[in-house]
Amino acid sequence: MRINVNDREYAVEVDGNPSLLEVLREQLDLTGTKYGCGEAACGACKVLINGTPTPSCITPATAAQGKNIITIEGLEKEGELHPVQKVLMEEDVFQCSYCAPGMILTAVALLENRQQLSEQEIIEGMNGNICRCCTYPKIVSALSKITHKDKA
Amino acid sequence: MKKERTKQKEKRAFENKIPGEGLSRRSFFKYMGAGIATYFVWTDYLASGILTTDEDNFPSSDQLSSWIHLSASGEITVFTGKVEVGQNIRTSLTQVVAEELFLPVSSITLVMGDTQLTPYDRGTYGSLTTPQMAPILRKAAANLREILLQQARQEWKLGEISLDMEQGMIQHPNNGKKLSYGDLAKGKNLLQKMDEDVPTIEPSKWKISGTSVPKINGRDFITGKHRYVSDMVLPEMLYGKVLRPPVQGAKLKRADTDKASSIPGVQVVRDGDFIGVAAKNSRTAAMALASIEADWERSPQVSRNQLFDHLVSSAEEGDAINPQVSRAFEEAAHKIEQDFEVQYIAHVPLEPRAGLAQWTGDKLEVWTGTQRPFGVQEELERAFNLPGEQIRVYMPDTGSGYGGKHTGEAGVEAAILSKATGKPVKVNWTREEEFKWAYFRPAGFIRVKGAASEQGITSWEFHNYNSGGAGIDLPYKGSNKHQEYHRSDTPLRQGSYRALASTANIFAMESTINDLAGKLGADPLQFRLNNLDNDRLEAVIKAAAGEFGWKRTKINENHGFGMACGAVKGGFVATFAEISVHPESRELKIIKAVTSFECGAIINPRHLESQVTGCVLQGLGGALFESVDFKDGDISNAFLSSYRVPRFKDVPDMRVKLVNRKDLPSSGAGEAPIVCIAPAIRNAIDDAVGVKINRLPMLPSGIVPKG
Repeated sequence: MRINVNDREYAVEVDGNPSLLEVLREQLDLTGTKYGCGEAACGACKVLINGTPTPSCITPATAAQGKNIITIEGLEKEGELHPVQKVLMEEDVFQCSYCAPGMILTAVALLENRQQLSEQEIIEGMNGNICRCCTYPKIVSALSKITHKDKA
Repeated sequence: MKKERTKQKEKRAFENKIPGEGLSRRSFFKYMGAGIATYFVWTDYLASGILTTDEDNFPSSDQLSSWIHLSASGEITVFTGKVEVGQNIRTSLTQVVAEELFLPVSSITLVMGDTQLTPYDRGTYGSLTTPQMAPILRKAAANLREILLQQARQEWKLGEISLDMEQGMIQHPNNGKKLSYGDLAKGKNLLQKMDEDVPTIEPSKWKISGTSVPKINGRDFITGKHRYVSDMVLPEMLYGKVLRPPVQGAKLKRADTDKASSIPGVQVVRDGDFIGVAAKNSRTAAMALASIEADWERSPQVSRNQLFDHLVSSAEEGDAINPQVSRAFEEAAHKIEQDFEVQYIAHVPLEPRAGLAQWTGDKLEVWTGTQRPFGVQEELERAFNLPGEQIRVYMPDTGSGYGGKHTGEAGVEAAILSKATGKPVKVNWTREEEFKWAYFRPAGFIRVKGAASEQGITSWEFHNYNSGGAGIDLPYKGSNKHQEYHRSDTPLRQGSYRALASTANIFAMESTINDLAGKLGADPLQFRLNNLDNDRLEAVIKAAAGEFGWKRTKINENHGFGMACGAVKGGFVATFAEISVHPESRELKIIKAVTSFECGAIINPRHLESQVTGCVLQGLGGALFESVDFKDGDISNAFLSSYRVPRFKDVPDMRVKLVNRKDLPSSGAGEAPIVCIAPAIRNAIDDAVGVKINRLPMLPSGIVPKG
């Protein structure tokens, strides 16, 4: 089977019906996508499938066929960080950072869909992602910096 | 006494590991390359008798706490056994070294938690990195600075005059010539033991410490480039899984692994009661594991509904109570006797345990996320009956620990599987395994008898069953005190957790102090200030009260205010909370929570604030809703869908006020700020609706009970 990840086509094995998370990590060595719970409860494994943040741990790899998958590795363009990555780095938000890839992709989709977001909307939109270090207030205030401005 | 025992135990551990002769100066530089190095010896922790006296010998790595090496190309490498689990000590320790050497942080590399390269370290816990390791590295860096200045003076044939250092260069006082640090290290094999008397830079003159230097390698973490152990891959690596009992305490009777063995590419490994599988991917390994048919013999286990009775009935006998304590209690006009129950909670590090192992002949390498790489090395020594020199444990920056990763289970399992299969094997625990087979923060039962008069606390009797003695000392004045921790039989495996038992003890203590103030009709803040015996604690209480605006003006009868304070591991914390309880639904709303924290001179304000925020919010989980449910040996909420941890929506309006004491040595911050949020909310609920909730978590159903 072939899948498209970060604008590249890959041939992958789907014997035993592996999850998209397993295929990304073990076959494509895209380990930025993390395992956190295996039941779509923590958001660590989220990737964008056709732009929608999707928990890759409960998504069969076969379900991603013919779709565009973006992982954390695919956000940087020609050495330029995505604005979400940039602001989270500038604001020095994370501690252990294990949640960061899932957080970032969720935020990217959240911001793609809306020009402006209130803090409450950010909280609602991000609530499916767990940061066990509890950096939540900093994530909200950092994202607010780029959602309260008009985006180009 | 206890300290002495620990010391002896440590000394034995060291002696066992010391290979006999120290590493020679030549072999050190052969390994590191030419240059200049300073090192620090653990005189504080080791009897001087076992230190090498021969100046030509470099002490064995077991005797060192840290060292710093300057290469001929000007690179500074710092070696420390401490590890990074998100507390951002890689950054703060780098700042400390950069400061003393007048270098940007980018020119310094920290090698952390690698048992072959870094000196022995007991582990990264107990908030010890900042008070112990940071001053040592600061001193070692200052020594290196003085050596460089001396070398420059020699080079230029100058007397004992002071020279300017900047950005890795030393300037000649007259002719404008410059020497780089690397130039001075060229061709030298200069190794010097740290001189305690070399001065370090005063906090008031800090330029790099005291500033919010961003997380080192921050970009790697937000681009997915950083490899946690669970992400690592070695050539020909297999994925391993281990068979677990269905419940705690079950013993393997029989297992049929034929089906698993028949799956192509699967290797089954049996070693006594250990059964594991290894396969080319984790899906196949999981299928193989699921195909194993095993019979287990269960044994009776204490369930959660028997927990507190069990903790008290199995406790060791206590010390005799001083009759004066009892008499003062009997005679007091204002007194309280109450019990507190504290449930087990889980650390839930977002990266579950992971271990990767590779054997090369009889040498073993293990990568694992642990707070104690040298402890894991010892576990492996025992598991394989190997000397420590043949085992190298690496600890790449890890997806958090919170006290929950003191052990090396996944690393040991990977090593067993790797030895049997002859291939590198990685074992990543599932979330369920992390919940069921790691360890928990201890549950506890606390009984308090406290009495007070207008003059202060007249009697204090405090018993903690099982959860521990940390933070048990009442910080208030009063001579009639009996404070005791009773060891009990714990039904579940338990261990370290942020702030240890301080959370439980300070919850019971600060709740009871609040209630005593209430009995006396005193303001809880004023009552504390009148009776405290601790200036630093007083200062953070006042700072938090100021920020919070402690007026206690109730808008309605369901509205309340509470506070708590605590001194833990060199940190001083106070939290003030304003809450309301919905009159019909009885739901709690935290309107505002203000925490003030002081831990001496602040090294990195932003990261300190993150630690304090993280503690308060993680503490909120244990305060309100986190608990481990268990019955007949089964952990029944071993998933993130059933074990609730704080999320974005749980974050109240919260503020953190840091108190910077440049006149005081820096101490750690990963633990102390967790202790006050629970009692502050408990006391606020009491203030609002007159209900005293003496258990953690307080509101497992989210509903405030009626009084």
